[in-house]
Amino acid sequence: MAEVAARRPPSRLRRAANAYVSAHGRALVGALGRLYRTPLASLMTAAVLGVALALPAGFLLLLANLQGVTAGWEADARLSVFLKTDVAPDRYRALAATLEQDPDIAAATLITPEQALEELRAVSGMQDALALLDSNPLPAVLLVQPAAGADPEAAAALAERLEALPDADLVQLDQAWLQRLASVVELARRGTLVIAAMLGIAVILVVGNTIRMAIESRREELVIIKLLGGTDAFIRRPFLYEGCWYGLLGGVLALLLVETALLLLRGPATALAASYGSALLVQGLGMDGVAWLLAAGVVLGLAGSRLAVGRHLRAIEPR
Amino acid sequence: MIRFDSVSKRYPNGYEALRGINLHIRRGEMVFITGHSGAGKSTLLRLIPLLERPSNGQVLVAGLNLVRLRRGLIPQLRRRIGMIFQDYRLLHDRTVYDNVALPLVIAGVSPLEIGRRVRAALDKVGLLDRERVYPVTLSGGEQQRVGIARAVVSRPPILVADEPTGNLDPALSWEIMQLFRDFQRVGVTVVIASHDIGLIERLGQRVITLERGRLVDDIPAEAA
Repeated sequence: MAEVAARRPPSRLRRAANAYVSAHGRALVGALGRLYRTPLASLMTAAVLGVALALPAGFLLLLANLQGVTAGWEADARLSVFLKTDVAPDRYRALAATLEQDPDIAAATLITPEQALEELRAVSGMQDALALLDSNPLPAVLLVQPAAGADPEAAAALAERLEALPDADLVQLDQAWLQRLASVVELARRGTLVIAAMLGIAVILVVGNTIRMAIESRREELVIIKLLGGTDAFIRRPFLYEGCWYGLLGGVLALLLVETALLLLRGPATALAASYGSALLVQGLGMDGVAWLLAAGVVLGLAGSRLAVGRHLRAIEPR
Repeated sequence: MIRFDSVSKRYPNGYEALRGINLHIRRGEMVFITGHSGAGKSTLLRLIPLLERPSNGQVLVAGLNLVRLRRGLIPQLRRRIGMIFQDYRLLHDRTVYDNVALPLVIAGVSPLEIGRRVRAALDKVGLLDRERVYPVTLSGGEQQRVGIARAVVSRPPILVADEPTGNLDPALSWEIMQLFRDFQRVGVTVVIASHDIGLIERLGQRVITLERGRLVDDIPAEAA
């Protein structure tokens, strides 16, 4: 009995599923075979796609690295509280002690006018000019580190509260330049996305044009397939897979380009970081990045071939 | 099997290729369509697999009303019709085997079944030993036999041939016609356009004559 059941012909659905899978497999492999038969032309197209994909990927990677570096700096956000010049030494010492207890403040360091003058003398090389002063014009400064760390809103709120102190003259948020840097990075990121969108369109057009030419060169074959009862899907399929292959190859080439560029930049970047006293770790694309890059290639390749196939296959009818 | 009801075909440039054709071809019949060049033979044939749509009238093929057939169903219609051309229309970058296998690949037949059926079709046309060669290395008669193998490999109920012997000498033409006779004997409906009157008369089948788009003569098959 079991043997009879095993030998029963596969069901209609099963056969249809098998036919579907084998038709797709055939189109997938056939499309790769066609690329392989014209290796130079295929490689040139893939190289164009590779460069177009590598540029935005490289920029985004660069930005990710930059953001990784600045993230370390933002933890050091500090407020400089310049006191009024007429505040007496015991008052500002008391104030420093009070602020040290404030729950919003991690640390408060006092720089007395004398220390400030000393520092100025040491760094500015203006000893002679400073010697002419008969009194110290510098105020006392409190360096305050917010307990909330880099949170810009908390820092701004704290700055406002400190500014309201009767002895305070001016509160300077040292974070301002970091915010400016963040804005520059954000601008660069947006710019990269705009360029990425443009290059993405370029990839679609390059693949579209390549597929269009492939369709033209196989016109006679497509006409015969239509005569023999080939459906639109059957005719379309190999070209869609061809577009996917171009996209994938472009993605792989882009990956190689980005990794090579990274290899070339890693040495100088590490040296630069070392000169700033920080151990910079240049991060690569990682598994996620690789997956995104290849997926972007395939999706754009598919979009390009879809565009060409939709435009040109309808025009091919048996004569 | 094939029915034309007052069918006319007018091309966009105003040329009237067919005018009021009424025609009924029964299952298993072998029919020749003849007439001078431009009489409308090719146009009539092209209406059957919907390579053209009629301007007026109705065409029924294998129970399908072609006037109402949706674009998406045209492949289904064409799979039921084996088409043979004067210029063979083979793919020159594929072997004889792959050319004959193409209709089965399109229809999604399993590879094992394809091998079996392609060899059966090539055997029928006497080219079993040439399956690995490319069409260009074959003579005209052999190429046409590949074309016939490709048309019959999916066992369609209808064969349509437009001047299948137009490029062949009389001996080869006779051989090709005998092949068509064989298919007719096993129940295939065969429609052949040809202007080779001598050849057609010797075969003694039904002959339809067209003249400037009109059906002017319909001689039934000689009683065998």
